Amino acid sequence: MAASTHDNPDVSIEKPRPTLEELKERKRKSRQPVGGCRETITVSMGPQHPSTHGVFRAELDLDGEIIVNARPEIGNLHRGVEKLAEYRTYHQFIPVTDRLDYISSFAMNHAYCEAVEKLMGVEVPPRARYIRTLAHELTRIANHLLWLGVHVMDLGAQTFFLITFRDREYILDLFEMLCGARLTHSYARIGGVSKDLPEDFDRRCREVVDFMPKRLVEYENLIKSNRIFLKRTVGVGIFTSEDCATWRITGPSLRAAGVERDLRKDEPYAAYDEVDFEVAVEYNADVYDRFLVRMKEVRESCSIVRQCLDKMPEGEYLARDAAHVLPLKKNVMSDAASMVQDFVHVFHGPRIPEGEVYRAVEVPKGEMGVYISSDGGPKPQRLHLATPTFYHCQAVPPLFEGETLADSVGIFGSVDVVLGDSDR
Amino acid sequence: MIEFVFLVVKAVLFLAVGVGMVPFLIYFERKFAGFFQTRVGPTYAGPGGVLQSFGDMAKLLSKEDLTPAWADGPIFRLAPYILFVPPFIAMTLIPFGPMGVDIFGYKVDMVIANFDAGLIMFLALSSIAVYGVVLGGWSSNNRWSLLGSLRSGAQMISYEIAMGLSLVGMIIMAGSLSLVDIVNQQAGNFWDWFWLPQLVGFTIFFVSAIAELNRGPFDLPEAEQELVAGYMTEYTGMRWGMYMMGEYVSMVVVSAIIATLYLGGWRAPLEVLGFIPGFIWLIGKVLAIIFLLMWIRWTVPRYRYNQLMDIGWKVFLPLALVNLVATAVIVSVI
Repeated sequence: MAASTHDNPDVSIEKPRPTLEELKERKRKSRQPVGGCRETITVSMGPQHPSTHGVFRAELDLDGEIIVNARPEIGNLHRGVEKLAEYRTYHQFIPVTDRLDYISSFAMNHAYCEAVEKLMGVEVPPRARYIRTLAHELTRIANHLLWLGVHVMDLGAQTFFLITFRDREYILDLFEMLCGARLTHSYARIGGVSKDLPEDFDRRCREVVDFMPKRLVEYENLIKSNRIFLKRTVGVGIFTSEDCATWRITGPSLRAAGVERDLRKDEPYAAYDEVDFEVAVEYNADVYDRFLVRMKEVRESCSIVRQCLDKMPEGEYLARDAAHVLPLKKNVMSDAASMVQDFVHVFHGPRIPEGEVYRAVEVPKGEMGVYISSDGGPKPQRLHLATPTFYHCQAVPPLFEGETLADSVGIFGSVDVVLGDSDR
Repeated sequence: MIEFVFLVVKAVLFLAVGVGMVPFLIYFERKFAGFFQTRVGPTYAGPGGVLQSFGDMAKLLSKEDLTPAWADGPIFRLAPYILFVPPFIAMTLIPFGPMGVDIFGYKVDMVIANFDAGLIMFLALSSIAVYGVVLGGWSSNNRWSLLGSLRSGAQMISYEIAMGLSLVGMIIMAGSLSLVDIVNQQAGNFWDWFWLPQLVGFTIFFVSAIAELNRGPFDLPEAEQELVAGYMTEYTGMRWGMYMMGEYVSMVVVSAIIATLYLGGWRAPLEVLGFIPGFIWLIGKVLAIIFLLMWIRWTVPRYRYNQLMDIGWKVFLPLALVNLVATAVIVSVI
């Protein structure tokens, strides 16, 4: 099974595409029946458990190794982010969004800025749109690399994590060039991005995205030729498209269930309608297919980054819109109008029309929705973030029921969670 | 009298080697892990970090010795010893040179205990060690520990049988249960050793030994990602350290047993190399096997509980039986 894919990892293991009914049947078979009266023990998995990806906690009722019932507890990392937004101007909230999904913080900045721009009606210059697309895809690569390492570590292989972590460093280096920060980027601004592409970025970035697919081949060889990995993932944790719809599971896990839903294609933002890419879809809805989808996505992301670099338009990287957008930092000390603009935005905040807006973008973990209700003031009246991890965590009971304790860890990891994202 | 002196000297030497190897094995494990993971491992303590394990041990010794209020105190305190002591006893069974070597005019056997049923003794001792795990997990009164010890018990039962049966083929060929005799039967070059005719038995024994040692990919009783630390969750300080050390001593013993049973024990791989003393070859073989064990641990993911059972009962047990019957038939025909 594994040997045939060794030479050409682009070709996934050929499996006939199952129908929804077949998948349901497979799901039923792959899980142990949990009905009936049995004696169970209750264990508290988390918040200090090593593989809950942060401070997630679930109470599990175990019948031996089988999980009979799971009760997730969300909110151990609650920091009141949505309330914080009501006390900050629209500009000041951007660094807070970094702390949501800190693995892919640019995606968070981006999602927030897209929503605010829609509310304000700011036109983002083309160069900024391309830079955002590029940075967003780099984030996606970094996120999926980290996911892969952690996921394989959840299954018990310690070494793989270090390998993907090392390759993620190259992406972080690129971000360091872009904005000076490696983890909490705060790179997006309302109306554009904070800095232009630095010198030499083009070459360095091309190097990384040319090198990354080669590394992927290596990962895939390591994983696809590993019988234990296949045994632990193929046909495990099946979650059909129906279940995903019921529990609002989005992103790669939904696409692994055969649903071709990707907001980058369906509701394009930034420059996604100007670049050419395919939506990665797999059909078996198991843990293994979630891995395949993510690997395809990383390849697509590399291609998108390359296209963005090729097509990168000249021009402004921040919109010239004095009412809504901060001035260019370099002009603040030399240009009177910019200085006034800076004062107004820092001390008062941007001028916002009354109204409400909802904008969803495809962040690496799924669909991230931002809802803003404005009363016309410089601060949001109410801001709500529909972050993917929150929904992934609420789906824990149906994901875990009837699975073994050992698999629950892998399944929970496979839908991709980061608790900063869930507990706002 | 002089025999007794030699016996004491041998025992002290063996104990010293056994205990003394542990810090270095931990150091090697960390260095190898670093090597496999493209990092450097410990570097600060001593030249190249060799003193790291001693520093760790000093830290563990200085830690508070906690017994949880809800634990079953006496058993909780006893359990690490049950795991820690048997490997040292098993170590006495391993021959590390020929019998009757001439030292200062005295004939000395290069083994501490030459039992007629040495192999049975080894199996018995390795079975006792699992009590340390099961009792430790049970007496901690923690549910993760309990799950870990349950897994350990089940794993033990399913692997011990295949392990024992895989040895029977080798016993038929050697015609003895004494480890000294088994090594003597393997005289000659490396293709005369038992690993070649008993390839199936050797493979089963090797894999079962990994399961016996609770090392990856069969480290289910202490599966960090699933059970926090399994049966060791409630242990702190040197009691935890004893579990760790016991694991490494077992590793030395099991590797030495594998080397003795299937890889010619203290014998040189080629007869022309026989001038090099036997214990050097034995230590070399043990280190090579330990390296292999570390390699496996740091490379592969972990099996799931039921998959492990499947391998034990549905693959290894029938294979070991077939191997046993085939060996019996071939030996009786030839």
